[in-house]
Amino acid sequence: MSAPETTDDGFPTLRCLAPDGTPVGDVEVGLDEEGLRALLRWMILARRLDRECMALQRQGELTVYPPFEGQEAAQVGSAAALGPRDMVFPSFRELAAAIVRGVDAVEYLQYHRGTWHGGPYDPLATGFAPICVPVATQLVHAVGWALGAKLDGSDACALAYFGDGAASEGDFHEAANLAAVFRAPVILFCQNNGWAISVPSRAQFAAPIAARAPGYGMPGVRVDGNDVLAVYRATRQAVERARAGDGPSLIEALTYRIGPHTTADDPTRYRDEAEVERWRALDPIVRYRRFLEAVGVADAGFAAACEAEAEAWVGTVRAELVALGAPPASEVFDHVFAEPPATLRRQREEALGGA
Amino acid sequence: MSARTLEAGAAGHGAEPRGKRTEAGEATYLIAIAEALWEEMERDERVFLLGEDIGVYGGAFKVTEGFLERFGPERVMDTPIAEETITGIAIGAAMEGFRPVAEFQYADFMSSGFDMITTALGRYHYRSGVPLPVVLRGPSGGGVRASSFHSFNPEPWFAHSPGLKVICPAFPTDAKGLLKSAIRDDNPVIFLEHKWIYRRIKEVVPEDPDFLVPIGRARVVREGSDVSIVSYGMLVHWALEAAEQLEGRGISAEIVDLRTIQPLDTETVLRSVEKTSRVLVLYESHRFLGVGAEVAAQIAEEAFEHLDAPVMRLAPPNVPIPFSPTLEDAYLPQVPDIVAAVERLAAW
Ligand SMILES: Cc1ncc(C[n+]2csc(CCOP(=O)(O)OP(=O)(O)O)c2C)c(N)n1
Ligand SMILES: [Mg+2]
Repeated sequence: MSAPETTDDGFPTLRCLAPDGTPVGDVEVGLDEEGLRALLRWMILARRLDRECMALQRQGELTVYPPFEGQEAAQVGSAAALGPRDMVFPSFRELAAAIVRGVDAVEYLQYHRGTWHGGPYDPLATGFAPICVPVATQLVHAVGWALGAKLDGSDACALAYFGDGAASEGDFHEAANLAAVFRAPVILFCQNNGWAISVPSRAQFAAPIAARAPGYGMPGVRVDGNDVLAVYRATRQAVERARAGDGPSLIEALTYRIGPHTTADDPTRYRDEAEVERWRALDPIVRYRRFLEAVGVADAGFAAACEAEAEAWVGTVRAELVALGAPPASEVFDHVFAEPPATLRRQREEALGGA
Repeated sequence: MSARTLEAGAAGHGAEPRGKRTEAGEATYLIAIAEALWEEMERDERVFLLGEDIGVYGGAFKVTEGFLERFGPERVMDTPIAEETITGIAIGAAMEGFRPVAEFQYADFMSSGFDMITTALGRYHYRSGVPLPVVLRGPSGGGVRASSFHSFNPEPWFAHSPGLKVICPAFPTDAKGLLKSAIRDDNPVIFLEHKWIYRRIKEVVPEDPDFLVPIGRARVVREGSDVSIVSYGMLVHWALEAAEQLEGRGISAEIVDLRTIQPLDTETVLRSVEKTSRVLVLYESHRFLGVGAEVAAQIAEEAFEHLDAPVMRLAPPNVPIPFSPTLEDAYLPQVPDIVAAVERLAAW
């Protein structure tokens, strides 16, 4: 596989499927046929939605959008390994994981439409924390949530998504250390997509991110992030470890951001089109689909049905999204506190009168 | 439209920023800032830049475009994403004799380095007598539909923290002259560029490499006789627009642009208030304990006998800046709000 420079380091990378879909390791990951097909369905739905979001942004219906094309397996494989009571702490590029968790796409996209600060889905009900823009801060929240779950005697765990870029923030190191010291049931899931905006992985760290784990006192696994089965397996193991009371795990999924950093970015300024093409050839959906069809778990009709479903679904998402009107101006004072204190009540009255 | 050509011009590769002025020699605020950095790097090899995506990418707003080619990766350092460490590295390098200029991708993310800025950088000289010529610069402010994560005005935080100077220029010439002064200053300076102004405001900017604007001096940007508007940053431009409308209604507004928040030029403010006897303090940080709260307090203390009306403030409420355009408009004082406030004052 044509891999990012961080893989020329001798550190092992877990893989179940070769890029052409042939098994290269144990493909028995504990999913029945329906579960195996669900991974393909989610990836197809996610990609179609991602492309629709790009189009919606170009048409002025979203203010800005960070696409995840190429990272479907990393997100779907990890999110699918969680249970309903687990909690995800995303960064800002995890729409695929969000839909797997059952977050309503229209509600989620209200953030990118600029009609809401964070997307009005309920983070606690969906097990999916709000989009997190300040890089790496969500990692620490995940550790805190996991500690809470542990103190509650629950067997739920937290999973925090973060990027290769986020791995340089102090918050990453502090979260990892505390998680290990307190044996918090948390999974630190890195999507190393090769780039932090314009800065390539090789300019951000000198050793694999997964290799840091033993230094904190937790297992670290590197997986082929375009191999949905490998991602699922690694996450599943980490979840079981967390539930058993054995503490945190670090997973580094090697993947690639095929699109721009956000719709405001032009990646041709800093990276080679040839690199993008190399990664396109490692497409996670094509790989997995070939595997499922080869082993007879899905036929071509299944993928076609998923694509048709995706087409109809994004049509609904689009229609509902563009129908969303602007919130009333008076809302500017709402939601800041659970109960607005006197300072804010006074400011509100001055601005709006009694309204 | 000219704004479009300018944006394209600023995005051209490799050329020194002065080459990106318009044919008439005008520079946008963004280009003026780039020129200040460029000239100070040419002048003093101890000046270097560090920050996220400032090299090949030329910065999120393209301020440092072409710098890597000219000055090389040791003086235009792309760092990993680590704001606390960017600030800390600047401190250490300054102790060793360098004059670091750190770019924060958005001023919002200065809060990720908050402890290092306020506790370490701001107090270093006090604790040790060691001067730290460090400049931390970043795009601040709202009005561009960029959400609560990319629109913050952190100036009160840093103006409140001992040992830091805080600059919020509104015009290209001031931005250039003040940034050059900041880089030559032996104290830490927080230099807040307003992203709404970057490509919108242009003017003929001095080309003399030793042109400086002194830190700590306000400027009367419009003479008037009825009401003073004291402001800074983007809202200076909105106040200018309001003043034009007020002129048509027979009210003459004087506008004082603070330019520097810390140290505050109380003298210039008081002189204007003595002249007009009515003052609107207009500011973009939150109203409660924002920059204008201090300005209003100083006027009340020092110029009470000159006032014909209470000091009036106009500023956003103490809520996060909203992403929704409707809500952002409700949050920021708009030109009609400024006009209405000044009319109330004039009629007092
Ligand atoms: C604390 C902080 N610093 C800087 C930024 C600006 N920023 C947004 S995304 C990003 C790059 C993140 O890279 P990575 O963690 O690899 O995630 P990816 O974008 O690749 O998904 C940067 C620098 C930010 N949002 N927060
Ligand atoms: Mg990345």
